[in-house]
Amino acid sequence: MLEIKCPYCGKRSQNEFAYGGDATIKRPKLNTEVSDEEWDTFVYYRKNPRGDHLELWQHISGCRQWFKAKRNTATHEIIETYELSSNKEEHS
Amino acid sequence: MTQNYRLKNIGLIDKNHKISFIFNGKKYFGYKGDTLASALIANGVHLIARSFKYHRPRGIFGAGVDDPSAKVQLIKEGYSEPNVNLTEYELVEGLELKSQNCWPSVKLDIGEINNLLNRFFPAGFYYKTFMWPKSFWYRIYEPFIRKAAGFGVASLDPDPDRYEHQYEHCDVLVVGSGPSGLSSTLAAAKNGARVILAEDKPRFGGSLLTDEVTIGNKKGEEWVDDVIAELKSMPNVITKSRSQVFGYYDHNMLVMFERKRDHLQDPKNFTPREKLWYIRAKEVIISTGSIERPLVFSNNDRPGILLASAAKEYLKVYGVAVGKKPIFFTNNDSAYEAAIEFKKNGIQSTILDTRPSSENQIVGEAQKMGIDILFEHGIANTTGHLKVKSATVGKLNKNKNSFTSLQKIDCDCICVSGNWTPTVHLASQSGNKLKFDSDSDTFLPNQSRQQEVVIGAANGSFTLMESLNDGFEQGFKSSNKITNKNIKTDAPISDEKNLGNHDKFWCMPLPEGKHYKRFVDFQNDVAVSDIELAVREGFRSIEHVKRYTTLGMATDQGKTSNLNGLQLVSNIEKKIVPEVGHTTFRPPYTSVTIGTIIGREVSKYYKATRKSPMHEWHERNNAVFVDAGLWLRPRYYKQGNETLQEAAKREASNVRKNVGICDVTSLGKIDIKGPDSAEFLNRVYTNAWLKLPVGKARYGVMLREDGMVFDDGTTTRINENHFHMTTTTAQAANVLSHLEYYLQIVWPELEVNVFSTTEQWAGAAVAGPNSRKLLSKLFPNEDLSNEGLPFMGYREFKFFDTTARIFRISFSGELAYEVNVMSDFGEFMWDKIIEAGEGLGIQPYGTEALSTLRIEMGHVAGSEIDGRLIASDLGLDGMLSKKKDFIGKRSLNRVAFNDENRERIVGIVPVDKKTSIPEGSYIVENPNAEFPIPKLGHVSASCWSVEHNNPFSLAIIKNGKNRKGEKLFAVSPVKNMSIPVEVVSQHYVDPDGERVRS
Ligand SMILES: [Zn+2]
Repeated sequence: MLEIKCPYCGKRSQNEFAYGGDATIKRPKLNTEVSDEEWDTFVYYRKNPRGDHLELWQHISGCRQWFKAKRNTATHEIIETYELSSNKEEHS
Repeated sequence: MTQNYRLKNIGLIDKNHKISFIFNGKKYFGYKGDTLASALIANGVHLIARSFKYHRPRGIFGAGVDDPSAKVQLIKEGYSEPNVNLTEYELVEGLELKSQNCWPSVKLDIGEINNLLNRFFPAGFYYKTFMWPKSFWYRIYEPFIRKAAGFGVASLDPDPDRYEHQYEHCDVLVVGSGPSGLSSTLAAAKNGARVILAEDKPRFGGSLLTDEVTIGNKKGEEWVDDVIAELKSMPNVITKSRSQVFGYYDHNMLVMFERKRDHLQDPKNFTPREKLWYIRAKEVIISTGSIERPLVFSNNDRPGILLASAAKEYLKVYGVAVGKKPIFFTNNDSAYEAAIEFKKNGIQSTILDTRPSSENQIVGEAQKMGIDILFEHGIANTTGHLKVKSATVGKLNKNKNSFTSLQKIDCDCICVSGNWTPTVHLASQSGNKLKFDSDSDTFLPNQSRQQEVVIGAANGSFTLMESLNDGFEQGFKSSNKITNKNIKTDAPISDEKNLGNHDKFWCMPLPEGKHYKRFVDFQNDVAVSDIELAVREGFRSIEHVKRYTTLGMATDQGKTSNLNGLQLVSNIEKKIVPEVGHTTFRPPYTSVTIGTIIGREVSKYYKATRKSPMHEWHERNNAVFVDAGLWLRPRYYKQGNETLQEAAKREASNVRKNVGICDVTSLGKIDIKGPDSAEFLNRVYTNAWLKLPVGKARYGVMLREDGMVFDDGTTTRINENHFHMTTTTAQAANVLSHLEYYLQIVWPELEVNVFSTTEQWAGAAVAGPNSRKLLSKLFPNEDLSNEGLPFMGYREFKFFDTTARIFRISFSGELAYEVNVMSDFGEFMWDKIIEAGEGLGIQPYGTEALSTLRIEMGHVAGSEIDGRLIASDLGLDGMLSKKKDFIGKRSLNRVAFNDENRERIVGIVPVDKKTSIPEGSYIVENPNAEFPIPKLGHVSASCWSVEHNNPFSLAIIKNGKNRKGEKLFAVSPVKNMSIPVEVVSQHYVDPDGERVRS
């Protein structure tokens, strides 16, 4: 069981959280032309890196805030977690 | 014969406290502090069970978790439990033990014929024999294997015991309380760390309880007592005996079980049997010691043959001699210590040493005491059917591949020692890639992956001095990372006997011309010949050899067999052990009772139960409840001897005819507030929301981004910037997360807040042609006319001391209202509605009638919104706005979503108007077509239409749009039914929706 640091509440066990997938995915803007390829990439295509992965988690049994976590998918190390509004460079 | 093998003046148990027990129908005595194993050995009992495959007689081999075979069926207070480890279970009054895997008795076992037929049971036997023909598997092979396999018998009764879970955090967790564990605990505790010390045995101390050593000026065992007393007095230390750390998971989460009840003679009522600890440790010190490695020789599995270290432990801790005429068989010095202890207690023994000689101090000491020693000797065979009687021993030739000058030595036990295997399981579970150490011929920890360190014998430090130094040093280091207090404790001076090198030789040759079994894995009956065969048949990877032969796959996880197996494979392959590698260590380290893992999450405590404020009223009125997620909802209200179907028909008809009341509290409710609320809903739902007037409700459908329908419900505009959303019961939590996702991540610029209010409001649906009359009695001063409160209208009325929210919405298709009050007033509201309904024919209705009503109206619900269908499949095309964008809209352009032949919801009626169609049935054109019969779709929901008085179902079938009037078949292979059906409209009742607007 992972130990995840909610940026608002602090370190808690994984069972308080829900996983939300790749945090680098950007939803295309509403009411704009979106190509098939662009839309498919948004809905379906995800990288599956071995190594650092920027992802979304929600503190579902806590403050209910979504936040970002940089996690190593091979070692499960969570390198960093931060608020959505933080301006950290996003890379996966 | 009572306790003939119990010795005077030795042992740590309470010999003033006699305890009786029964083994295979015979009464025996032991003492308080005994394990079942030590008590049996005290009575000269070694024959415990029959082995797995060959039904060979087996005895006690170890003195702790290392024992592979001493498992029994244990009966206590009428409850029978299989596979109890004799070497771990402590003796109390009232126990009955029975041998396993034997019939009619452990002494005379029919299954032993397998032993005579052993050439028919080679490695991979099951794979080879039961492969063909395929059809034999279920009928013949599987029942046979099930009968022949397995040890004890699981009880069919519920587990009478109680188990608990506990979460704990600490600075340093120390696993194992031998010299290195104790010293690191002491050092860490003195340096101010919060420490947990875990010991799996009842007594702390590990090897210090059995070794003749001194620490400072104390005997090892006294030093243990003093350190434990000191640790117990420190508020920052938790010491736990009978506690096995069995799993090491990510982020330094370790799992431990603690035995709390079985060893107590008169436990208190609510003392749990075991407690499962989840320990999040900042630092872990693994001081788990080592396990003695057996030697492999012909017929090495007879009762009375056991590890030398176990013999020493039975002697020193329990005051029990495993035999009075022992042979020690060793390739190293440590067995000499045991032989010396036996001699001190008046028992003369013979030592067989595979080494040519040894100049070490302890060997000289043994010689001086007059113990017989035969160097360069090994065991060629043993005799004794139910207990070992003699050993045929011989001088090993130079290459150690044959014996010369065989002689027979009588004995009543053989204590074997093949040197020591560090217990590296936890380190490996943590992710430490082990390395092979050719000095000790074992795998040792290498690089730590998490915040753990391995010390003492587990790390290959086999002397006391090293272990103590390691312990104090590492206890300081690990704790100082956290406390920074720099309080260092020095290791005391110690004294021990020096031990020399072992012989790199474990597997004895067969006597010439003989094909005796030489066992490597006792629990799974894997012999040298099986491993040789596997390699001959081409299995090279150690993981494959393991699975093919089942080596190390039993409940003991190969604690005593893995290294010998590896050594054999590498010898055959002419490789060195590290090239062969080792199999993966996985949790749990020892077997764990399922009850412990489950803890308190049993029966109704398995999950939380949610009840509406009206629950007690339902109970008083004969409601039969059904689980709806965590909620308990009335399924129907039973009258007399009614069946479910009869009750549902009665309740549903009453709604169509008079008026019914249904508890809808469990519907998800979400409060939405903020200036951008309407805009947000406009994006979340597929239809238009910006112009919804205050005081009006609207039906909405939500999609996922992939275009599939996610949920539906009505949302009401309470105020300009305040909406009340309802969701299905099942999706309430997911919808809230979905909304939060878009508000926090995708459109953070929207000023909207969402909050679950499901439990804040009690809800009652009042449905049926008399519902307006009923509400008029409840609210005589309000205008409830079609103009005053039209369909999809919303009003707030004063209701006694509170306010009621009245929504004119309908799930049943009848004129209907939903009344919400604050939860505390729920039952009061319900009573008032029932009271007002008197004379109007009011009856409560449950979820079964609710389903009937919605199915015949053709309203979709969870069985249709299954996450695999788009809006048009569900007949909701009209809900999709063409003018605005919304979540999932872009996906609707997909070619497949616009296929004319797509599945679509329809109604179906059996042609005979009698036969109910099972839910889940397939819809096919021709049930007699060749297999596989092309499937058009499936039946999603079925009911007995109260309006038409015949069965009616909803189905989702290919090209459903154009199939009205077609005759098809509903096929249920499960119920072996094939029912001719006709396709009709999904709206079987009031297709134009006149009633809801009346
Ligand atoms: Zn939080």
